[in-house]
Amino acid sequence: MTEALLQTCAICKSFGALEASKDVSLDLFPGEIHALIGPNGAGKSTLIAQISGALRPDSGQVIFDGQDVTPLTTTQRARAGLGRTFQISALAMEFTVLQNVVLGALGQRGKVYRFFGNVMRDKALLERAEDALEQVGLAEFRNFVTAELSHGQRRQLEVAVALTLQPKAFLMDEPMAGLGAEGSHRLTGFLDGLRHRAPILLVEHDMDAVFALADRISVLVYGEIIATGTADEIKSDPRVREAYLGEEDAA
Amino acid sequence: MRRETILNLAIPGILLATALIAYAMDEPYIITLATKAAILALAGVGLNIALGLGGLVSLGHAAFFGVGGYAMGILAFHAQNYMPIWGVIEGTKSMPIIWLVALIASALTALVIGAMSLRTTGVYFIMITLAFGQMLFYFAISWPTYGGEDGMSIYLRNGFPGVNTLVPLNFFLICFVILAVVMVLTDRLGKSAFGLALQATRQNAARAEAVGLAPYRLRLVAFTISGAVTGLAGALFADLNRFVSPSMLSWHMSGEIMILIILGGIARLSGPVAGAMLFIALEYVLEDLSHYWHVYLGAILLGVVLFARGGVIGLIAGREVAHD
Repeated sequence: MTEALLQTCAICKSFGALEASKDVSLDLFPGEIHALIGPNGAGKSTLIAQISGALRPDSGQVIFDGQDVTPLTTTQRARAGLGRTFQISALAMEFTVLQNVVLGALGQRGKVYRFFGNVMRDKALLERAEDALEQVGLAEFRNFVTAELSHGQRRQLEVAVALTLQPKAFLMDEPMAGLGAEGSHRLTGFLDGLRHRAPILLVEHDMDAVFALADRISVLVYGEIIATGTADEIKSDPRVREAYLGEEDAA
Repeated sequence: MRRETILNLAIPGILLATALIAYAMDEPYIITLATKAAILALAGVGLNIALGLGGLVSLGHAAFFGVGGYAMGILAFHAQNYMPIWGVIEGTKSMPIIWLVALIASALTALVIGAMSLRTTGVYFIMITLAFGQMLFYFAISWPTYGGEDGMSIYLRNGFPGVNTLVPLNFFLICFVILAVVMVLTDRLGKSAFGLALQATRQNAARAEAVGLAPYRLRLVAFTISGAVTGLAGALFADLNRFVSPSMLSWHMSGEIMILIILGGIARLSGPVAGAMLFIALEYVLEDLSHYWHVYLGAILLGVVLFARGGVIGLIAGREVAHD
């Protein structure tokens, strides 16, 4: 078996009496989409924050690309090749769409401390930025100010910025949120192809998307992973049905 | 040409024309006012790098303004008294050397203050920069060698190779050229790779981190450049008055630099120039009308903040779109 690209080893994190992560071990292999699902308040965001570097676990490790990245900051993990998208779009709203992707390309390339040349005329950066926009279908909006974009377009731009980073793995926090059926369908198709460039750890509420995309699914309930397996295994797992899908059946 | 580009040429143009007309009409006092406007504008252009591009609300920029002023004062003081610093380093009356020393001294001050202040954000950052500024202010007051509370006078304006700096117009032109050069460099800075990254940290620090850019370092570099430019302005200001005192370091000065940016337009290239000209003109006109002219200035400032968020430049050129 190939080595996992991203791994959490027995991560624990508590906030006072609340155990947000209980011994969470999770792995992501090259070429796969691993979906993380769980009811609201299950600790998905806390887990994502620990993987991306915003929170430090109380115990346990995060291994990325063969390296223990637990002590690294968000910035350092991004530079190591972890490309994340945010649940709530975190874009530079005053920038144009193009500037946002150029920023991503710049972060990936480095050489940021250049004070004179016009960065928006840098051919190498522009090429990569425009390529990313085309892939997500935002090319015609390149000169729009980001604040003018619709919610769905901002989600697309989030993904485009992550693409410019040419990451070794994607960490996507609810990329479908608020997209609507059509947008969600299109992004699903796109992510389907993306897994072969870099594996995706996908946190998502949209069950259709999760079951259509995920090679494996992990279910997080009250800070604990109660099951990991293929879509069929998860659908038939009694604990999962009780904790999670049962609610949906009832609804 | 975009409207703002035209303004960026027109506003400094008005300042230059004012000085030239005053020279033709033999009004040296107006030339002095224009020089003061150019120097304060330069200080504002410096602060605008931190405030406008980086979103760093520093209420301590008087520290750098004052360090630049004292760099000039100390060098000239030792030169005019024929008394080397620590018995080793000769003082100097040469502007280029004084400017270089002022730039380096204020950049180092900004680096140290920034390294500590930038660990905080928001209100804490405002307060800690204010505190550092006041620290230097009280230090200058209690330093008798260089005049303490009374400050020190420099009897003769410093020299520039090949130019008679005693002619008011000549000194104005020196300040104006420096202002113009710094504005061109600042414009390029804003459009550079560094400028893009810095502006991203202002709008969304989490975004910058997620693409692998460390906000702290970007901000520290911006704060240092910003402090250096304001320090250079301080050296010129001291030369204009031929006088340095702790008042250059007081928080009133920090406030004044910030006020003229707000008047002109935050993050706008010629905002500080428009703001400084307006500020000096108001001071000149209102002071004649009333001893309590600051009240009227306050009212105008309130009006700008409430009704013209982009300042004078925003009023004329509209909301800026940050792309080229």
